[in-house]
Amino acid sequence: MSKPRWLRILRPLSPHARFVIGIASFVLPLALWGIVSYVPVVWHPQVLITDPGSVSYLDVGAHMERAAFESEVADARHEGRAPPKGVAANPIYLPSPGEVLKAFYTSFKTPPPTKDGQWLHQSLWHSIQIIFWGFVISSVFGVPLGILCGAYAAIARLSEPFVEFFRYLPAPAFGALAVAILGIYDGPKIAIIVIGTFFQQVLIIANTTRKLDPALLEAALTLGTRSRQLLTRVVIPGILPDLYRDQRILLGWAWTYLIVAELIGTTSGITWFITQQARYQHFANVYAAIAMIGIIGLGIDMLLALLGRRLFPWDRSLAKTA
Amino acid sequence: MNDIAVPAALLPSYREQSPAVRTRFDSLKAREVMLTVSHLHKNFETPGKTTVALKDINFSTHRREFLCVVGPSGCGKSTLARILAGLEEHSAGDVLLQGRPVTGPGSDRGMVFQGYTLFPWLTVKNNVMFGLEVNGHGKLESERESMQWLQLIGLEKFADAYPHQLSGGMKQRVAIVRALANQPRILLMDEPFGALDAQTRCRMQAHLLEIWRKIDITIIFITHDLDEAIFLADRILVLSAHPGEVQELIEVPVPRPRSVAQFVSPEFLTTKARLEELIHFGQQVPEEEQEQEDYPILARMTNVTDNVE
Repeated sequence: MSKPRWLRILRPLSPHARFVIGIASFVLPLALWGIVSYVPVVWHPQVLITDPGSVSYLDVGAHMERAAFESEVADARHEGRAPPKGVAANPIYLPSPGEVLKAFYTSFKTPPPTKDGQWLHQSLWHSIQIIFWGFVISSVFGVPLGILCGAYAAIARLSEPFVEFFRYLPAPAFGALAVAILGIYDGPKIAIIVIGTFFQQVLIIANTTRKLDPALLEAALTLGTRSRQLLTRVVIPGILPDLYRDQRILLGWAWTYLIVAELIGTTSGITWFITQQARYQHFANVYAAIAMIGIIGLGIDMLLALLGRRLFPWDRSLAKTA
Repeated sequence: MNDIAVPAALLPSYREQSPAVRTRFDSLKAREVMLTVSHLHKNFETPGKTTVALKDINFSTHRREFLCVVGPSGCGKSTLARILAGLEEHSAGDVLLQGRPVTGPGSDRGMVFQGYTLFPWLTVKNNVMFGLEVNGHGKLESERESMQWLQLIGLEKFADAYPHQLSGGMKQRVAIVRALANQPRILLMDEPFGALDAQTRCRMQAHLLEIWRKIDITIIFITHDLDEAIFLADRILVLSAHPGEVQELIEVPVPRPRSVAQFVSPEFLTTKARLEELIHFGQQVPEEEQEQEDYPILARMTNVTDNVE
């Protein structure tokens, strides 16, 4: 009996199966979330009060544990009072997919709660700027140093042991120090992203550089290339597609440092929005904002992948994976 | 390989040359010496052990000679090519190109490798231009020359293609003209057709001879394929293994121009018989390697009941 193609080891999928399974990758978790939210018998550990009846401390719209609600109902019945009424509900921190979807729109339309606060789009833009500058500053130093480490064993030996040590230090640990040095606004936030990215960047790019086929260097040498030209004419163009891929992965890394970074000093950007909304228990907005980070991150990565295929038409591995 | 067993007694000696062949060799030797290798040694140092890769290699080639280097695996023929190219340092002795010592890689010696070493990020045309550009030629001039080279090998239509779009044979043709575009004095080829299939390989050999006829180039061609060596070479340098030493420098008595039909000519067969004698029987295999070569005799599995031979 032949197994379907998608169950065979190391077999690529047909384009149709790729598409369908790719969609399922998002549909399945959403469906699970939908079931938990919309099917009352699944989970729903709480009760949303629709009529407090004779229970004085209950209000319409309040949540309470199902067991407590049921004992109130039993008590009221026993004593001949009007029992409270309610519907099964999930805790307030788990809004339904529909509510979150609505929040995608409403959160942009909701004015900031305080006068000096920021609208959501302003918060997002601020976060994107933090990421951008953190990543650019890290790359300006990290990419050249990585390439040099990969190309020259002496530079690698001089810097890599220290970098190797430093990358184990959690970037947020430098938060207080960064505030002391750079103030409370954007400086320390960018610094955390730089610290979180730079050390990985040096090591990853050094490794990518080392993977360049040495036969290409030898071919260039026998064509009369002088050693100082080797770097610009062979090493850099040779690793460029891989370097670009590394940068995409590192940019994703930088995003994961964003929330921690924005908590340092004065909370700002999307993190400020999220903490504000959570404080007012607008959890649908919180989920929407978190999802937006994912959408922006994935969107930028897909754009960069597309751009990469344009930039490096000779790269075979890019055509295969992207 | 076509291993036709012909009793050696029926063949003429490989040293016998027809008058035309002798005249060719006389004129070849009358040309100036291009490369001289004298008392060349190469040792590889590993902790606690020194391996002699090449021992006292002496030979010289003349301008426009086609010299093949053959030998069993491990005889250091690739190392020799890399030393000549300047990619590896030798331990003792001299390598002189037109009287000047070779100290490192340079554009006066082109090299074609077995693996495909075209730059994947450059188009075919830009690959051929590479050597010209790094040696300070202008872009326009390099481009014009590069197109001429591509015309020579009939690949001008692929000028803007990337290497990954070419077949193996096409890639090696581009690699050859990329090396030739610098107008080196010597072209070193380290088993350049080793990765090609038999048919492509045959066509490439003929193609290479065609290129060699047309331009002023001395070729040193490393191979382990004896037919290939006889088909291409004026002279064949035979190395032995452990350590790599020159066994003989054979003058190939097969007349030129060469054709596939000559593979069964008496001159060809006698040369091949001599090469096989030198390579397969003429050397002592060190004991530790000999043991590896003894494959165990297998007992027949009990569920096998019929004979295939």
